[in-house]
This record gives sequence, structure tokens and C-alpha cells, in this order.
Amino acid sequence: MSEPVHRALGLTDDEAEKITELLGREPNHLELAMYSVMWSEHCSYKSSRIHLKRLPTEAPWVLVGPGENAGVVDVGDGIAAAIRIESHNHPSAIEPYQGAATGVGGILRDIFTMGARPIALMDPLRFGPLDDPRSRWIAEGVVSGVSGYGNSVGVPTVGGETVFDETYRGNPLVNVLCLGILPTERLVLAKASGVGNLAVLLGSRTGRDGIGGVSVLASAGFSDDEADAAKRPSVQVGDPFEEKRLIEACLTLLDEGLVVGIQDLGGAGLTCAASETASNGGVGMDFDVSAVPRREDGMEPFEVMTSESQERMLAIVTPEGVDRVRELCSKWEVEATVVGRVTEGGALRIVDGFEGEELANVPASTLHEDAPLYDRPRQAPADLDAFRADSANHLPAPDDVGADLKAMLIDPEWVYSQYDHQLFLNTVVGPGADATLLRLKHPTTGEETGRGLALTVDGNHRWCAIDPKIGTAATMAEALLNLACVGAKPLATVNCLNFGNPEHPEVMWQLSEAIDGMTEACEAFGAPVVGGNVSLYNESLGTNIDPTPVIGLLGMVDDLRAVPPGLDWLDGDRLILLGATESDELSGSQWAFEQGHRRGRLAPVDLGAVASVADLVRSLVNDRMVTAVHDVSVGGLGVALAEMAVASNVGCTIARVADHAALFCESPGRVVVSATTEQMDDVLARADAAGVPTTRLGLAHGDRLAVKGLLDLAVDELTTKYRETLPAALGQGTTQG
Amino acid sequence: MAPTVGVVQFPGTNCEFDVVEAVASLGAESVILWHQEADLGGADAVVVPGGFAHGDYLRPGAIARFSPVMESVAAFAAQGRPVVGICNGFQVLTEAGLLPGALQKNAGLKFRCGMTELRVESVDSPLTSRLAVGDVVRIPINHFEGNYTCSDEDLARLRDEDRIVFTYVDNPNGSMGDIAGICNAARNVVGLMPHPERACHDLLGSTDGRLLLGSFLDVA
Amino acid sequence: MGRTRVTGPVSPVAGRLWQSEPMTFSVQVDVQLRAGVADPQGSTIERSLPALGFEGVSDVRVGKSVRFAIDAADQAAAEATVDQLCQRFLTNPVIEDAQITIEPAS
Repeated sequence: MSEPVHRALGLTDDEAEKITELLGREPNHLELAMYSVMWSEHCSYKSSRIHLKRLPTEAPWVLVGPGENAGVVDVGDGIAAAIRIESHNHPSAIEPYQGAATGVGGILRDIFTMGARPIALMDPLRFGPLDDPRSRWIAEGVVSGVSGYGNSVGVPTVGGETVFDETYRGNPLVNVLCLGILPTERLVLAKASGVGNLAVLLGSRTGRDGIGGVSVLASAGFSDDEADAAKRPSVQVGDPFEEKRLIEACLTLLDEGLVVGIQDLGGAGLTCAASETASNGGVGMDFDVSAVPRREDGMEPFEVMTSESQERMLAIVTPEGVDRVRELCSKWEVEATVVGRVTEGGALRIVDGFEGEELANVPASTLHEDAPLYDRPRQAPADLDAFRADSANHLPAPDDVGADLKAMLIDPEWVYSQYDHQLFLNTVVGPGADATLLRLKHPTTGEETGRGLALTVDGNHRWCAIDPKIGTAATMAEALLNLACVGAKPLATVNCLNFGNPEHPEVMWQLSEAIDGMTEACEAFGAPVVGGNVSLYNESLGTNIDPTPVIGLLGMVDDLRAVPPGLDWLDGDRLILLGATESDELSGSQWAFEQGHRRGRLAPVDLGAVASVADLVRSLVNDRMVTAVHDVSVGGLGVALAEMAVASNVGCTIARVADHAALFCESPGRVVVSATTEQMDDVLARADAAGVPTTRLGLAHGDRLAVKGLLDLAVDELTTKYRETLPAALGQGTTQG
Repeated sequence: MAPTVGVVQFPGTNCEFDVVEAVASLGAESVILWHQEADLGGADAVVVPGGFAHGDYLRPGAIARFSPVMESVAAFAAQGRPVVGICNGFQVLTEAGLLPGALQKNAGLKFRCGMTELRVESVDSPLTSRLAVGDVVRIPINHFEGNYTCSDEDLARLRDEDRIVFTYVDNPNGSMGDIAGICNAARNVVGLMPHPERACHDLLGSTDGRLLLGSFLDVA
Repeated sequence: MGRTRVTGPVSPVAGRLWQSEPMTFSVQVDVQLRAGVADPQGSTIERSLPALGFEGVSDVRVGKSVRFAIDAADQAAAEATVDQLCQRFLTNPVIEDAQITIEPAS
């Protein structure tokens, strides 16, 4: 090899030196491979950790904050909710079906690792433009992958986002959120303890999946092409049936109290699971690499230790419990193999048979606790002033406002109809609404609590491209209002930070700004961050994606007696806009981007005012004072009204919208509600009392959407455009899987 | 005394506890029947629920039909006792030969989850005694392989013998004759692709499933 | 059942020397939808071909292929077992046919 092994493994010279320092000697190749995967950006968050520390993470109801497999919050009645969000962007760009499928599998394991039964998935998806064949292929494959894995594994996919934009042409974003519930007392952590306890590997056999970076070691000593080809790492392939059995087996083990600690195998595979459980428990581990059941012949120890083969878990059990563990696993046809022993001290020893040769010996904690931490250079774009001065409000007014409105309508039904979104009988409000609303039942008794959990996922790359800080705060504002639209108050935030190359100072500036915006909003809304994921290096051909922080917000509905009002108003209802249009700034709006204008500034967000609007909307929804409710977001008031008209198949006549800027601006903190004539005064009075400005927009009636002086369209025409965009572009589905 | 419903569980089944919840809301008891056990636990009626038994590998239902529990279910059915297969359960019953035909991939080649309207075609079945012919009920579907297929002779026989129990008002999957559910010649075994257990609660968009499962409990 | 069988050449060496010993055969079962049964995957592929620039392709049918090894006393015994296996398990005779290829494992 021409370059030093550590560099080929992606470690810098400084990092390699630090390893030598930590060990007091030169590492061998297996040890180097283990450090290289654990100290990768993906596993160590070495570029982002310094900024993530600023996020607020505490509240009385937070049981487990960031840093564990999932965040956990107390939701009352002896029930805790575990939540996590992750990205699977790069695998999905290469093999969309398996990339998305294994993304679903991975997030599920993070949840049941905590002792929780996964009850819901959400999928925020972002692809290149619909007129790009490769982007369509990726979109179809990803949706099939989510559908194929999620449906089969038996966890409903209850919501998400589907966004198409130029910025994702070479680099789609496939994020996935999972929510689980557990009896509070069953909470378990990824922690080994008790010297003499055993580490049991559960689930699939280990193959050469996803060993990516470390595969360079495989070519050492092989010159012949055929041998190389056989050693090449393969795309990770998901097996939802294995995962389903693994879920049932693990939850049974936890129910019977057989598990001291448990960790899923994700990035960095066995290296990560073994070192984290040991170091979290302040113990060491002897890990017998020869005992690991394999799918392929001739695998070397470094391949076994870094493989990312799916559907595997590492459980720490007592020696007395092992037989019962084997028995329960065998009921579920899950392979269970003792691969490690908990030892005193903090050494992770990789051995070839417990009494055999020592292949590696490193302090377990150094693999993650000593991972490098970088404060990478940050720099605002050089032309920021000129960029911000170039407002989209300077663009010429559209000739045909109605045509521009129609162009922005897109129904995600093509996507979510391929997902089982009803399993477990919880889904009161499903995908396609502002937020998802689930019945909260006790995870073991199934008893109804009369309360509900609400979930929303929101991201807006347009806002964040214009101003990552305000854009992220505005995204949080939207998430808060989405929850309010189903009557929920926020409990906890998770985030998936999808950014470009952190070695570009501008990207680090975006990341830092976004975290500042999120911090302010989370504090203002009382929604602590309980977990997150950072996905960097989202770039193609040297171009970074627009910064795309995706927020997952979990909320609670205290009294779930009836289905909350949806988007559909009734003929004769009065329409009211709650919240002030602080600015008619068009920069960062979907309308501006569709005109090809991707510059300008965002008006600041008044987070206190947004919170007041959310409080008001929540009370109106829960007291059934409104007949329909919908937040104003992408596409502005125009798209909000059009979506409501389509949902109700009743038009409306709207006055008081000055121009296209007023119709399409995306000023945050606004919600459209409809009320009967009798209730309207009460709604206005309650808004007054709450200090929330209101605008009486007009009346729901007839079969046309008419905005005085701007547009007049048949609702049928809107409906057709709305419903047919995706089926027309993405055809009738794909057959893979 | 409240009847006891046996709910079959294969590895990969995922709707078993939904069925348990739905029949409990109608006042019945249930017992989970693990696929390796031949004992039906004293059940008065059996549901083969939805999901992906054995991952749907090879074909939906192909592996499940060989389970010990299915031998007992076949014997139970042969005694004229009520058996219903829902979704994957319907697929298992056709593979097991308890119902004619087969379920192929949907014509649109897409998994489909959503509300459908079903027309009641026969009231002489364990799921429809509380209904009238021509009634339209709203019950969700959730499947990739719900496209009912059988020979022309079988279809003619199903029609002649009034064994088509439900048809789709708006066919979502290409099923022959818009068939959503059928029964056997003895009329005690029914299979249907839609999920009645998903339509049994005020908060879930339809309560029509209570009519179907209520009928089922009447004969249990 | 419309099931066809294609058998490979029996290795003369194997046949002569190991007549009384069990032999290993490699088996390939091609499962296809029966003629006349609608094949949504096949027709979707066929419909998409002209747009991709492939003209003149017709009768596209999608099936699956199952491969395994089996120990049997001789070719005839292997054939009988595989035939059973196909009828009972690998195919659904309502909609599917199988084509079986058996040859001595190399």
C-alpha cells in the first residue's frame, strides 16, 4: 500500500498518533480498524458534538436525554415514550430500496433496545426534482423500501414528508423517526455490568455488509482480482422477518428480566456494541470473534468486528439466565450465541476463542469517549450581504397567480397509501394531516389512557438556505403549530441535521447557526431535545445540499375524546387567520424557489407570538370551537386555503389579501381556522384575550376558490392537480422487493 | 357466557393483538394460538389474522399452512365451527385449501393501505348475519397481494353457490369479480382481505367492523 | 399439473461407480405463473419497454427460481422427491407451474 494504513482507513495522522498514545504502543491492523470506524464522523460526531452541547436537553419529564440509543420521556400512567430519528441518506443514494429498508430496521432496533415496543414510524423524504429520471427512480425505490420493510416488520408508518427539489438531485435525504412505548420500569440501557456475565449475540449471521471504509485492509495480501471481488463489501440487505422475530424475542427477554443490558448493532457493528456496553458499565469485555456466526467463509476478524450486517443485537445476560435466553430465542427462531464475557478493568480484548490468541486489546472507553472533537472553522458566506439584499419581493408579480398556486399543490397520498399506517389501532389522525395523532394505550395491558401522542416531522431547506438560524427556528415554529392543530402540546424534540461537507467552513457555519436557532426555539417552546442524528457530507459533485435540519416533535393530547377537526370546512363556515403576518417577505418561500430565486432574507421569528398562537389553537381544537384548522406553511396562505378547499370539496371567497406576496409569503406563526357563524365571535374573543391578532378572511362556500383580485379557480381543478401530480410522475409503483 | 376466540399467531403475524382488542370491545375473550401448538385452547371460533407469516417468503401463507396449528384449524373447520381469515389469514386459508383460489400481487403492483367500501353480497356467512345484502360497509385494506384469482369454474361455482361474501365498490387491487371476501361450501369458513378489526372504534374512522365481528361472535 | 421436467445428462462416471451410494443432485426449480393467469409484473415490464427503446419484446412473464441440493439414491428418486416438494410447497398449483432441472452435483 502506498499510503499509511491509518490514512487509508480514514484516520488523520494526528488521530493515529493519539491512538498510539492511548495504547502506549503502535496499534495493530484490527485495532486501527476498530478506531477508524468508532472515530468516523458517522459514529463519533466529531465535527458536530461541540455545537450539539448548546441544545437544551432537560425537563422534569425527560428520563433519558441525548447520547443513548433513544430519548425517553415520561408520558404518565406508568408509560414512557422512546423516540429517535436517523438518516440513511448515503446508502439510499446507492441502493434506494435496501438503503431505505435498512434505515427503518436500524431505527427500530434503537427503540426496542431501550425496552420499548416500536409503535410508529415517520419518514421525512427528500429527493431531486420530479422531472429527473434518476430522482424518480430513487423516490420509487425508497418508498418501496420503507413500505416493504416497515409493513412486513409490523410497525405502522404514520406520517412523514415528501419534498422534491433541485438541491437533492445527487443526494437524497432519507430520514426515519421511530416512536416506542414501554412500561416505565422496563427501561434498560446499553450497559454491561457484573463481571462474569455473558454477551450474547442475537439475530442474523454476520457477513461483509457495509464494511466500507475498512475494506482497504482486505486487499492487503491479495493481488488477484477474483479474490478482491469476493472480499468486496456488499450492500446491506434488510430482512424484516428476522427483525420482527428479533423484536418479539428481545421484548420477551426484557419482560422476563433476563437482560442486564442490551445494545443494537448499527454503525461500527460489534466494535461499537461491545465497547459501548463495556465502557458504559465501567467494565471490560473479552470478545471471542471466532464464536460469531458468519454468513460467508473466510471472513477476517476486522471484517467481523466492523461489519454492519443488519438485524443483530448484543445482550448482556447472567450465566444462569443463558439457557432461558436460548429457549426463548429458539421459540422465535432467533439465533443466540455467547460471544463475550464481562471482565474486570476496562479492556476490550478481541480473542480467537476465550482461551485463544489475543487479537486486539484496547481500553473500551477510548473507542468513543476519547474520539476526537473538532471545532472546525466556520465562516459565513463571503457574499452574505449581497445575498440577503436580493429579496424575492423584487421579482415581477406573476401574470397568473392561480397557475402559480396550482403548481405548488402536491398530494403525498401516493407515498403514504403504500405504508401500513393503521396497525395497532392507534391512528386517530394519520398521514397527510398537519400532525399524526395516536391513541396512547398501555404497552403491556393495552388499556386506553384516554390520552393521545402526537407526532410531526418538519424540515424546510428553503428557509434554512436563506438563513439557517431563523429558518431552523421557523421550522420548530411550524412543528409546534402542527401539533397544536391536533390539540397537542409539545413534550420533546428530536432532530436530524442533514448538512453538507463539514470541512467547508460555510457548512459548519450553517450547522452552528441552525443549532442556535433550534436552541432558542426549543427553549421558548419548552420542548427539550432528547436525541438527534447528524448527517454530514451530503454533497454531490462538490455541491453541498441546502442545510436541512429536520425536526421531530412529540406532543401530548390530554383528553382524546373525539377526532380533532381536520382540514375540511363546511359550506357557510367563516374563515379566520390567527396570528400576524409579520412580513410579506417572499425570500425562501416555495414560490420564490419555483421562480428560481434562492436568495434574500428571512424576517425574524417572534417565538413568543408563535407560542401564543399555538396555545390558542390548541384550546380551540380541544374545546371543539373550530370546524377546520390548518397551519400556514409552505406555499403560504394560498396553499393552505387550497388544501382546505380540496379536503372539503367546498370553495371559499377570500378578501383582504393584498397581492401575491401576501398570498404566498410564509411568515411563520399563522393558522387558518373555520368556525360556524355562531361560534365565530367566541373564537375572535378568545383570540383577543390571548393577544393573538386575527384576520377575517371570508366565507367557505360554493365550488370555487376565489381570492379577490388575485385568482378564481374551480375546486375540481385544484383537486385534480393536487391528486394527480405524484401518481402521474411516479407511475403505478415499483415491483422490487 | 362470552365466547372465546382463538387468534392464530405465526412468526411474522402482526394483527393478532388488534383482533384481540376488537373482539374484547365486543365482549369476547381471546386466546393466542401459537403456530407450533396443535391445541386450540378451547376456542369457540378461530381467526387467522393479518401480517406477514414467515415473512411472506416463498408466497404469502405458503409456509404457514404447514404449521401444527393449521391442522387443528382444518379439523375445527371440518366440524362446521366458524373460522375467518383476515388479509394474510385469507392467504393462509387459500394455501391450506380451506378456501378456493389464490391471492396475487395487486394489479397496481403497489402495497395499498386505506379505507375501502365493501358491498355485502351474502348474509349467509359467519361475518354477515347482522347485515343485509346490498349494505355498504367501510373497512380498510392493507395488502400487497390481495388480487383474488381463481379458475373460471371456481368463480362460476362461487357465484352459483352464493359464496361471494363481499365485493369492493371500487376495486383497489384487480380482484376477479371485485371479490373482497368469500366463504367455503359449508359456509363456516370465510376469508377476506379487508381488516374489520381496524374499523371497530369511534376514533378510527369507521365502526362498521363491529357488525362483521359481532356477527362472527353470534355464531361462535 | 402442467409440470415439465428437464433432466440434465447423468454423469456416466457417477452412475457407474456410485450406484448403490446416495448421490447429491443440484436442483433448479423455475416457478412461473400458469399460462392464462394474469401477471401484473410481467405486463408492467412489457409496457415499460418501448419507452426504454426496446421494441419487439413480448410475452414477458416474471417468475422465481429456487435452487438447492438434494441427496438421493439415484436420479429417479431425486426426481420423485423434487416433484413432491414442488407440488406440496414450492408452487401454488392454483396459479403456478414449475419447471425442474436436476443434475448430479459436480
